[in-house]
Amino acid sequence: MSNKTLYTITIFSENAVGVLNQITTIFTRRQLNIETLSVSPSALEGIHKFTITTFAEDESVAKKIVRQIDKRVDILKAFYNTDDDLVYQELALYKLSTEKVMEHGSVEYLIRKYNIRVLEVTEDNIVFLKAGHYEETQGLFEELAEKIGVLQFVRSGRIAITKSKIERLSDILAEREALGHCEQQL
Amino acid sequence: MKEEQSNSIVSGSEALIRSLVAEGVDTMFGYPGGAIMPVFDALYDHRDKVKHVLVRHEQAAVHAAQGYARVSQKVGVALVTSGPGATNTITGLTDAMMDSTPLVVISGQVASSLLGSDAFQEADVIGITQPVTKWAYQVRRVEDIPWAISRAFYIARSGRPGPVVIDIAKDAQVNKCEFKYEKTTFLRSYYPVPHPDKEKIAEAAKIINEAKRPFALVGQGVVLGKAETELKLFLEKSGIPFASTLLGLSAMNSDHPLNTGMLGMHGNIGPNINTNSCDVLIAIGMRFDDRVTGNLNSYAKQAKIIHFDIDPGEIDKNVKTTVKVLGNAKTTLSMITELINSNNHNDWLNKFREYDKIEYDKVIKQELFPENGGQIKMGEVVHKVTEATGNKAICVNDVGQHQMISSRYFKFTQSRSLVTSGGLGTMGFGLPAAIGAKYGAPDRTVCVFVGDGGLQMTMHEFGTILETGVDVKIILLNNNYLGMVRQWQELFFEERYSETHLKNPDFIKVADAYNIAGRIVTERAELDDAIQEMLNHKGSFLLEVVVETKGMVYPMVPAGGSVTDVMVGKGEKV
Ligand SMILES: Cc1ncc(C[n+]2csc(CCOP(=O)(O)OP(=O)(O)O)c2C)c(N)n1
Ligand SMILES: [Mg+2]
Repeated sequence: MSNKTLYTITIFSENAVGVLNQITTIFTRRQLNIETLSVSPSALEGIHKFTITTFAEDESVAKKIVRQIDKRVDILKAFYNTDDDLVYQELALYKLSTEKVMEHGSVEYLIRKYNIRVLEVTEDNIVFLKAGHYEETQGLFEELAEKIGVLQFVRSGRIAITKSKIERLSDILAEREALGHCEQQL
Repeated sequence: MKEEQSNSIVSGSEALIRSLVAEGVDTMFGYPGGAIMPVFDALYDHRDKVKHVLVRHEQAAVHAAQGYARVSQKVGVALVTSGPGATNTITGLTDAMMDSTPLVVISGQVASSLLGSDAFQEADVIGITQPVTKWAYQVRRVEDIPWAISRAFYIARSGRPGPVVIDIAKDAQVNKCEFKYEKTTFLRSYYPVPHPDKEKIAEAAKIINEAKRPFALVGQGVVLGKAETELKLFLEKSGIPFASTLLGLSAMNSDHPLNTGMLGMHGNIGPNINTNSCDVLIAIGMRFDDRVTGNLNSYAKQAKIIHFDIDPGEIDKNVKTTVKVLGNAKTTLSMITELINSNNHNDWLNKFREYDKIEYDKVIKQELFPENGGQIKMGEVVHKVTEATGNKAICVNDVGQHQMISSRYFKFTQSRSLVTSGGLGTMGFGLPAAIGAKYGAPDRTVCVFVGDGGLQMTMHEFGTILETGVDVKIILLNNNYLGMVRQWQELFFEERYSETHLKNPDFIKVADAYNIAGRIVTERAELDDAIQEMLNHKGSFLLEVVVETKGMVYPMVPAGGSVTDVMVGKGEKV
């Protein structure tokens, strides 16, 4: 895995049933693991956005899968980036025993160090939220696990935004609307 | 945008048939069953407009639709029931996806209220077919039927064509809706024909004008894009020698002076070896399949590569290109033809002709004109059949040695004359595809070459012939072996013939049971007469020719070998 690069693949699709299946089979055929996945409605109505991370040998592999995804009829646009091009983030939630946290004492230090938000405190449990890169959410997990014990832990898929001024989807759609009408070929 | 307005309230099934008629469908292939019965019932009222061909297995319905589409420039349509009816279509769908054949396959589905409950004859048709189709869509509401059919046809035939599945829940087939049909001409998520980039075309033209040894590879994209004339003008003006992929074969006349033959594992020697001698390689509507390229690490490394394709996904997929020219070949070829100089490359063309001589002496002569008696060769049968039809027939074939031999030696004088399973290599394709091809081109003679193995995979289609009286000429090249596998066993597995010898039935008797005329030929002297009998016979005919049991297909580029490593005999290289 060490000499592979992590690629973030961003996909805009119609909000149709089965789009994820179409995307994952393209990864499956090339025996690529999906590391993280996040799906949500995009800024444009009726269009969904997928953010997928995957490790690939080199850029040509990323390019090929993006083209194969882009080719699917229900996909509006797909592209890939490396971490350098992106501002990205993941979220993590940690559930801890209130009793154990109390026993431990120095929680303030952890909250400051990791910029933790406390979402919930009950007699039994405390829930922390941390936003950050993988290393950061993982770092907190490891420290909590060692010092206090973690009852439940969950991390979201990555979400990402490009740093550069890239073509916006709405522009691409407008251009297609202008060019794309296709008299049936046969 | 054309609109067909009708205020009548109709059932989903009626709406489906009217939608098909609106798309110009006059023939389809299918098989009924519970979940598609309402559609078959509606079809009953439209028998005058839509001919339904009742096959004997749903795989055959799809292969027939493929054969139909491949020869006719139309979309092939198949109609099947849910569950096993739909799952039986998978091989055909995959084959059509690989070979870019426009199909719309309509399957019945259990009622929408039962979806996901493991209902009787329920299968996850969308989940199963998505990876092997261009688009797969499930209709659950009656009002979506015309809309879904309109999209299905648009997607199947536009851009790079492919198969589409429309899976229709039974309640949608019986519920009522207002029928209103609009043809689709645009989908925002789908950009089927990239606009040609003038700069790229100029760049490509410059490279072509400077080329000393240019070589063009013609693929099925030319046929699908109806660019045969544009291709001819381009090649003749530039004087560039060309060769075709298996699927591109009939795009240009077999004996065009610039035609150097077929590419690939069993292609001609000249085009394979010269791929690694040319200075510019111009790929037109072909996808650098591994059966064409052999080992990519030693494929055309010396050449600048220009790739014309409609599908951006094919660019740089297997071979890194110098210039990509996206768009419909019809447009891009005529654009580039304006920019290129009139030229000829006769010295270079002679480099192909020199190899042709070697190939003739080492391979072709013995295959087509064997002198010393012995068993009948596949090649001589194909040669005699193509001659007897004046090289005007449609050649369909199955998969194996006879496929390579018939593709190599059949001669083509018009486009859309070879129907073969290229990308998937599906045994059992031939007979049903031939039936479909006859419906697609009723005025042409359809000759289908099959092996004794492959024929038995879809021999049930004798039943379709019996039922419909369709006229296909079946030439069974019987070597009593799964010949192509046996060839590999001979070459690469020390002649250990594991499970490739076949104990065969009396094929003529089987055909006779279906009322199909037939004749078996074991002697060379009878061959011409038997071929005439077959061609003169009204209706289908089975001509079984007992051929050499251990024949070999040469030349051969062994799998994974370089295009220059061409074998012309066992242990014999060019
Ligand atoms: C459905 C399917 N199963 C298996 C194969 C593998 N296969 C390729 S060629 C071949 C032998 C075909 O034998 P036959 O139909 O007799 O043709 P021949 O090679 O003898 O001309 C086989 C088994 C295949 N291509 N398709
Ligand atoms: Mg055989």
